[in-house]
Amino acid sequence: MIKRFLDLEWKQFTRSASFGKSVALKIVMAFFALYFVAMFLIVGIAMYPLLKKVFPESDPFVMFNGFIFFWILGDLVIRFFFQKLPVMSVKPLLTLPIKRSKVVNFVLGKSALSFFNFLPLFAIVPFGITLILKDYNVSVVLVWMLTIVLITLINNFLNFIIESLSAKTELSFLPIILFAGSLFALNHFKIINIAEALSVGIQAVSNNPLLLIVPILVLVGLYFYNFKILREKLFLDSSLKTKAEAVNASSFEWTKKFGDIAPFMQLDLKLLWRNKRPKSAVWMVFFGLLYGLFFYPNPMYQDKEFLFAFVGIFVTGIFLINFGQFIPAWDSGYYKMLMSQNIKYKQYLKSKYTLMTLSVIILFVLSIPYVYFGWKILLAHFAAAVYNIGVNTYVILLGGSFNRKKIDLSQRAAFNFQGTGAVQWIIGLPLMLLPMGIFAIFNFAFNFEIGILVLILLGVIGIIFHQKIMKFITNRYLASKYKMIDAFDQDN
Amino acid sequence: MITTTNLTKKYNANQVLNIESLEIPKGQSFGLVGNNGAGKTTYFSLLLDLIQPTTGSIKNNNIQVNLSEDWKPFTASFIDESFLIGYLTAEEYFYFIGELRGQNKADVDALVATFEDFFHGEILGQKKYLRDLSKGNQKKAGIVAALIGNPEVIILDEPFANLDPTTQIKLKQIVKDLAQEQGVTVLISSHDLMHITDVCERIVVLEKGEVVKDIVTSQATLKELEAHFAGTEII
Repeated sequence: MIKRFLDLEWKQFTRSASFGKSVALKIVMAFFALYFVAMFLIVGIAMYPLLKKVFPESDPFVMFNGFIFFWILGDLVIRFFFQKLPVMSVKPLLTLPIKRSKVVNFVLGKSALSFFNFLPLFAIVPFGITLILKDYNVSVVLVWMLTIVLITLINNFLNFIIESLSAKTELSFLPIILFAGSLFALNHFKIINIAEALSVGIQAVSNNPLLLIVPILVLVGLYFYNFKILREKLFLDSSLKTKAEAVNASSFEWTKKFGDIAPFMQLDLKLLWRNKRPKSAVWMVFFGLLYGLFFYPNPMYQDKEFLFAFVGIFVTGIFLINFGQFIPAWDSGYYKMLMSQNIKYKQYLKSKYTLMTLSVIILFVLSIPYVYFGWKILLAHFAAAVYNIGVNTYVILLGGSFNRKKIDLSQRAAFNFQGTGAVQWIIGLPLMLLPMGIFAIFNFAFNFEIGILVLILLGVIGIIFHQKIMKFITNRYLASKYKMIDAFDQDN
Repeated sequence: MITTTNLTKKYNANQVLNIESLEIPKGQSFGLVGNNGAGKTTYFSLLLDLIQPTTGSIKNNNIQVNLSEDWKPFTASFIDESFLIGYLTAEEYFYFIGELRGQNKADVDALVATFEDFFHGEILGQKKYLRDLSKGNQKKAGIVAALIGNPEVIILDEPFANLDPTTQIKLKQIVKDLAQEQGVTVLISSHDLMHITDVCERIVVLEKGEVVKDIVTSQATLKELEAHFAGTEII
């Protein structure tokens, strides 16, 4: 049966319309994966000598265990944003003679094979070998390694519980931030020394293998809790069927000012407010606005001016990136209708452009308080906003014409709690790194003002040639019309 | 009104549609019947320029549909639920379509009001998004939306499927009125021979993508069609 499921998944992957794109993205992801593997390997190999050198007094083994608490927290947060429970289209399987528990076990079992669970091994195995070579007790080290593997798996299943619980709330990323943040704070302000306790605990388990029963029990408990949650969702009337929501009737009359694109803007605004997935793109904006606070208060970054441009692009363009990269897939559910209706592609795209431009302007205004950290920052944000309007909007619209992946707004795939994964972030990178690179070069070769000027100039050029560029983009969309209709007609 | 010449559609080597010539005059109610895979939806998709023909062309009021978009203002259609925007209420959807077709809210309200009977109180003022309506009610909303803005050509794919008997009877009346009194060209496909002979003046039977019968509806038509599909042709 497992073989059947795997076969189904493989077919789903290879036969989907966005197969080519998926492969390209998988390759990019593979590079990222290799990068992380390399990083972990280096950490694993270098950790022992490094700890020995920096803290010659302490036992590196004990020191390392002291870090595990922070690793768990970081791991949980990263998993929350990047690891999704493997999706499977279960609806067709429900009426077939397959036990529900089998489906759930398969999905959960598959999640244990996630890359995230193998990554720590690359650090732990070399570190463990070093320990053995340094005459630590072999059985202690082996038990220790096993403990870490168990903790990784505990994280794995804990993450899905957090995801499923937080999927019900509006701000889906808030619970994890609160959870990890409060644990960190408790530890940081020495209210409860969790890091120390955990370190002692792991130490104790390593010395007494019988205690392994504790993490195993936790793991089993989490697994069954996950099992329970998922099994409850496996009925047509619970999660597989979408609940009817109360209508939120706002008519966005003010969009009338925008003339013939008004109907599309109203549609887009309703799209954003009434569907879970695009709504999260809106919430991300608030997150993005605070992003500058990671950098600016820190004196370490005060003289790193290229960062201002990067943060500026991010802060003013977060909505643009989050929303824009799924144009026109947001409308994939009714794309056929739009294409047979009395509309002009130009107006359709113009509406999206206007919406993104407005968001950049609003976000720039909201980011003005950053002037507290210096005038240069305000200037850099302004340049970044102009660049976003004049360059990035077009780039992302153009990128959309290659979009072949349907987004199902009305019903999320059964186990897909957030609908966005690592892929989203990778697409955003060139949009932010390119302007940062351009700015950095001119800032380095000449000075800060020239760098700013170049970014603004690029943006202004884009704005001046608006009509021409939009025409070009419209033609790209027209050229791929049939392919898009065909791809959006498919379910995967 | 609609002229089809040498139209073929192939997927790889597999020919799914081959219509040498088909002329649908203005104001005709035209029915398309055929078994699954006969090419009904393919023909409608070609007519709406949703897929590209392999050879040949369709002209809608002398406008070749895959070259110009000028046929869109006077052509309306409802093919399947993917024509609905799930996160709008029925009213919002009607207004949206109305705006695309140059109708203001009052125009749309006036038109929709005439279908109150058809809706049976289950569409308007429901405070529900379209995605939360039942399949049948979704279909009703989609069909009425296709009537907004006085289109001259209306294309409905399987309009009778999923509808309850009362609504089917009402829909038949609506379609008849459109063709006979307003001079609208209506294209309908269906699996239900009874309904389609009731409604359409002319019926074309497709088989494996080819026109095998082209009948002007009369008293004998239903019998003829039933015999054809049962495989016991009367010669």
